[in-house]
Amino acid sequence: MAKSPHLSRNEFVKIVVGAVGTLIGSVIALPAVGYIVSPALAAIRGNSKDTWIPVGPLGNYPLGVPTLFSFTRTKINGWEKTTNSYGVFIYRKNEGETIAFSNICTHLSCRVNWNEERQQYLCPCHDAQFTIEGAVAGGPPPRPMDRYPTKVEDGTLFINFVEG
Amino acid sequence: MANKVYDWLDERLGLSTIYSVTLDRKVPKVNWWFTLGSASLFLFIIQGVTGVFLAVYYVPSPDHAYDSIQYIMNGVAFGWLIRGIHHWGASLMVIFVFAHMLRTFFFGAYKFPRELTWVTGVVLLLATLGMGFTGYLLPWNQRAYWATTVGTEIAGTVPLIGPFITAALRGGTDLSGVTLARFFAVHIWFLPAVILGMIGVHIYMIIRLGIAGIPDKDD
Ligand code: HEM
Ligand code: FES
Repeated sequence: MAKSPHLSRNEFVKIVVGAVGTLIGSVIALPAVGYIVSPALAAIRGNSKDTWIPVGPLGNYPLGVPTLFSFTRTKINGWEKTTNSYGVFIYRKNEGETIAFSNICTHLSCRVNWNEERQQYLCPCHDAQFTIEGAVAGGPPPRPMDRYPTKVEDGTLFINFVEG
Repeated sequence: MANKVYDWLDERLGLSTIYSVTLDRKVPKVNWWFTLGSASLFLFIIQGVTGVFLAVYYVPSPDHAYDSIQYIMNGVAFGWLIRGIHHWGASLMVIFVFAHMLRTFFFGAYKFPRELTWVTGVVLLLATLGMGFTGYLLPWNQRAYWATTVGTEIAGTVPLIGPFITAALRGGTDLSGVTLARFFAVHIWFLPAVILGMIGVHIYMIIRLGIAGIPDKDD
């Protein structure tokens, strides 16, 4: 049989089967994938809102010595309330300047400690070192320590915390 | 390209032999009633797949079971669909397995040499009912709780060992978190394993013997 310019029946059936198969496949796959990743999508779409958290009277914090303040936040994850604790190093550089550092290591999220002797924040996990101003002094971290915006109202220090 | 890949795999895995051994067999003249076994198998696979997906969010603990299902229904994309399929599929599967049993009974398909197909079938029916019984408790709502209270109480009416059976089912005298945990384990591990094994024997028998035709006047 000479090759006709039209689709042969065989080709036609192949194309239709392929198309219908793809359609059915995606009708099944999309809900399945959506179901699995939906908490991640919700997290990215972000109901992130920021709050000012009071961390006590400014006078409580000594000048020149980073001091850890811990607080907890609860949020709803799926079917339960999760309570996370956070640490913030309050560093009063001088009377007028206060910096609030997150204690979460910028490498892979272990928690850093202030080491008075060495005048550095040290991470126990992979030996990161940060200066008192949060700059990387050694080790693997890709960027300086993260900071929270601060404000003082009626003598009380607040940090601006973004809930993610 | 696709052909080349297929040939490469076929040479090693013997794919075309699988086809000829399992599907290329003589089939007597049959009718729609003969599709009930395959329909049961299909429903079992659907239940398996949707069940695996439900297990992603479901938690078998008295504190969280109910809330985790609420989350599946309202918080997760397509959760209502997956739970809905599992929910209705459960009832459908019981109906189809039962209808399939009636079909093999009335067509006399259980006779020599297919007695073992029938026996494995009986286990499959009981296991399917067991899936329904254990799955019903998992939502941990009022209906689930009281249905299982009643169900385990009924098991207790067996003479002599009744109270022991109730306690064994419940994992203690009361319906509790222990009951929920063991029903969950039976629902997702024990019974599916039994059903898979039995389906294996069942289908092996069908491949080996072929299916029985519709009996005629001489049978
Ligand atoms: C999970 C449940 C079950 C599955 C997946 C299943 C699957 C199948 C399939 C695919 C067949 C091929 C023929 C047909 O579809 O009619 C078959 C045949 C058969 N089944 Fe089942 N079955 C199940 C439960 C049962 C039960 C509860 C019984 C009876 C107590 C039973 C007894 C038989 C018999 C005797 C045959 C042979 C029929 C013949 O050779 O014509 N099965 N089964
Ligand atoms: S997490 Fe801190 S150094 Fe790796």
